[in-house]
Amino acid sequence: MIGRAWKEIPRGAVIPEPGNAHHYQTGDWRSFRPIWLKDRCIQCLRCWIMCPDSAIITEDGKVVGIDYSHCKGCGICANECPAKVDAIKMIKEDEADDFDKIASSIPDSGSVGEVNRTEPKTGLRADEGHRRSGANAGAVGREA
Amino acid sequence: MAEQSAALDTRHERQYSTRGVVLMPVPTTLKELSKKPEILTGGHRLCAGCGAPIAVRQILKALETPVVIGNATGCLEVATSIYPYTAWRCSWIHTAFENAAATISGVEAAYRSLRRQGKVKSEFRFIAFGGDGGTYDIGLQSLSGAMERGHRMVYVCYNNEAYMNTGIQRSSATPLGADTTTSPAGSAIPGKPVPRKDLTAIMAAHNIPYVAQASPSNWLDLIKKADKALNADGPAFLNVLAICPRGWRTESNEGVEIMRLAVDTCYWPLYEVDNGVWRITYKPKDKKPVEEWLKRQGRFKHLFTAENKHIIEELQAEVDRNWQRLLELSEKTS
Amino acid sequence: MGKRVALTGNEAAALAMKQINPDVVAAYPITPQTDIVQYFSSFVHDGKVKTEFVTVESEHSAMSATIGASAAGARAMTATSSQGLALMWEMLYIASSYRLPIVMPVVNRALSGPINIHCDHSDTMGARDSGWIQLYSESAQEAYDNLIQAVRIAEHPDVRLPVMVCFDGFITSHGLENLEILEDSEVSEFIGEFEPEYSLLDPEHPVTFGPLALQNYYFEFKRQQADAMTKVAAVVRRVGMEFEKVSGRHYELFEEYRLGDAEMAMVVANSTAGTAKEVVDELRAQGKKVGLLKIRMFRPFPKEEIAAALSSKQIVAVLDRADTYSTMGGPIYNEVRSALYDEKLRPLTMSYIYGLGGRDVGLDDIRKVFSDMEASRTAGKVSEPINYLGVHE
Repeated sequence: MIGRAWKEIPRGAVIPEPGNAHHYQTGDWRSFRPIWLKDRCIQCLRCWIMCPDSAIITEDGKVVGIDYSHCKGCGICANECPAKVDAIKMIKEDEADDFDKIASSIPDSGSVGEVNRTEPKTGLRADEGHRRSGANAGAVGREA
Repeated sequence: MAEQSAALDTRHERQYSTRGVVLMPVPTTLKELSKKPEILTGGHRLCAGCGAPIAVRQILKALETPVVIGNATGCLEVATSIYPYTAWRCSWIHTAFENAAATISGVEAAYRSLRRQGKVKSEFRFIAFGGDGGTYDIGLQSLSGAMERGHRMVYVCYNNEAYMNTGIQRSSATPLGADTTTSPAGSAIPGKPVPRKDLTAIMAAHNIPYVAQASPSNWLDLIKKADKALNADGPAFLNVLAICPRGWRTESNEGVEIMRLAVDTCYWPLYEVDNGVWRITYKPKDKKPVEEWLKRQGRFKHLFTAENKHIIEELQAEVDRNWQRLLELSEKTS
Repeated sequence: MGKRVALTGNEAAALAMKQINPDVVAAYPITPQTDIVQYFSSFVHDGKVKTEFVTVESEHSAMSATIGASAAGARAMTATSSQGLALMWEMLYIASSYRLPIVMPVVNRALSGPINIHCDHSDTMGARDSGWIQLYSESAQEAYDNLIQAVRIAEHPDVRLPVMVCFDGFITSHGLENLEILEDSEVSEFIGEFEPEYSLLDPEHPVTFGPLALQNYYFEFKRQQADAMTKVAAVVRRVGMEFEKVSGRHYELFEEYRLGDAEMAMVVANSTAGTAKEVVDELRAQGKKVGLLKIRMFRPFPKEEIAAALSSKQIVAVLDRADTYSTMGGPIYNEVRSALYDEKLRPLTMSYIYGLGGRDVGLDDIRKVFSDMEASRTAGKVSEPINYLGVHE
């Protein structure tokens, strides 16, 4: 929570680094983790267009994985994946370490897709600011 | 989903005039849209399953130029700009709660002036985002003024039907009967005692080039409307439903499904008023009873009792009346 | 050097705005500021300025749009009075904290209630802690000169703060005065081009303005603002010297009128200084050692300079056209008294609240203050420190 010295930060509270929230991780909010099953995926991209956290990674018009640094585990992607396709499974976060076990427990899944397990590099402290402001923002918004 | 795929086949044609450069039409396939830049990054602090960033992401996919976004105080604003972080890859400004429209109108005026003087070279678009509190209530004057003045800007209300940032207080967008912390489901007064106001119609009465109502559940419809709004020859207003799992008391994974029910029950009809022509952009094959929408949400749970049944009937009557009116208006003006 | 013209204060302010030729003006009419908006509208509609004029629906939106325009890299102005300034209250703090160099004439008018349209300083004195620089003007000439200098002060890289230029409603705003004006080219040369520090309209460098700064950062931005205020006096002086080269008119942080060897001093801001000067002359002719200190820069408050100018006096009476309702006298009085605290020699001090709601203040009122001072000086103490001048008892 300790910030930087007043002489060191841009005046007027301007943030000149667009999109630097990418360096802030919200992945640890998750209690459920979406597992993308590459071989089942029909690339309809509904998960991508409905994700609140820009956490479905696409490359050249195709889903290639899930950004676990930012995914909060809401499960909209799994819910929006067409029922017949069922290419995203939500599993409990504390049971999600062994990918092979998960893959083999799901019939006809083939293999699980490439998963983005790399955490973004950041020059900023991830603990700065409030976490989960949306959930307790009553304390920070205008008290109207 | 069938309706969405059908809609995929019809490419959106521009039937409106543009004041600036005529740009490439916005892509209408997700494959192509996914190749466009992501302006809102992950790492924002909105709740899991929040509808606001879904709406924002979809709307911003319609952009073909740089943009400046103004944001009213509210969940979207606080959770995307916690210093020293910003989730916005574009220029963005928040000043206060009631004045997103006035603030962005000043930015747009600066743009017109500086562009005329040759000091700004790029084509820009201007969007203001406000919640329903910042739009229907405290920001209505500022919004009305900006629309009347003819600024070329798009005002987007992400409407989650209550003051969610302060902890679920009723606004004038809150529907009849809804349980909020300032319209609690008490034993004497069961939820909000008066109906929501029809802001989309109020905005249409400003006779601005483009007004529409949309929902992120119907993404293509929303992106097309955003595209029209962004390229309208003057001010445009979008009223976009945005689920709040906490305020509506739903599971975080159900949001899109529930917003789709709002559309399929005609509780939240999808339509546009394009230069005075009212057009329903999506007609559900089977208009579902409003109960289908209500029963999925904790905020309406108390309505499902014998003594409160009449509130559901009133809500159904309101929905039917409004739908009928929209059918008539689209008949009359087209 | 410029030419002489007869203008009202509002005409002079509108002319200054025309010559400043801002990129954006967003304004709303309010008595007694309305003329400024009207004159400026005609400049816009006759194509005399390059300004994009935003005819907003309220003063809250006037300041909001001005802030938006300034953050977008435009030189932006507005103008207001009284209730309009009060409605802007929330946005004043936002303009200064975002470090936006907005310049705003404020035509001083009493705040409601009861409603009143005439002059006092309760409007701008209420905004004295909003982080804006405040310059007060005795006359239309000073309002004009201050507005032009304010652009340079606000935009100075050491400052980057908004400035309000205050002058008296009706008395100055509607009174016709002979003043000397600069050529358009002299003004544009003097103010130069606006170089924004950040701009929303730089497509290569998108910026976020107005984030949520919590316990770990908010204080630092406030500390930056306080630091910027410490740089203002030097800039105001430097700009004043440069302005003198162009205009021949001399500006300091405050004006000393026959103050040097005075034993009894009066402190006052805006148009009443004119009346006070006349009484000073009259008393000087009678051999009394009296003088006047006229406030120009009230925010930031030039405490060392004012203390140096007043500490050797035997008694000082401060006239305020606003009350603080603190039971401790008027706002200028409180600052002057506080500034004198660290001095080895401290004069006796008295507070006079005068002219609220446009109550006329005449030569006799000013004479009374000097005779009160004389009585207290003779007694060696002030028995009534807080006084209401010209109220019907």
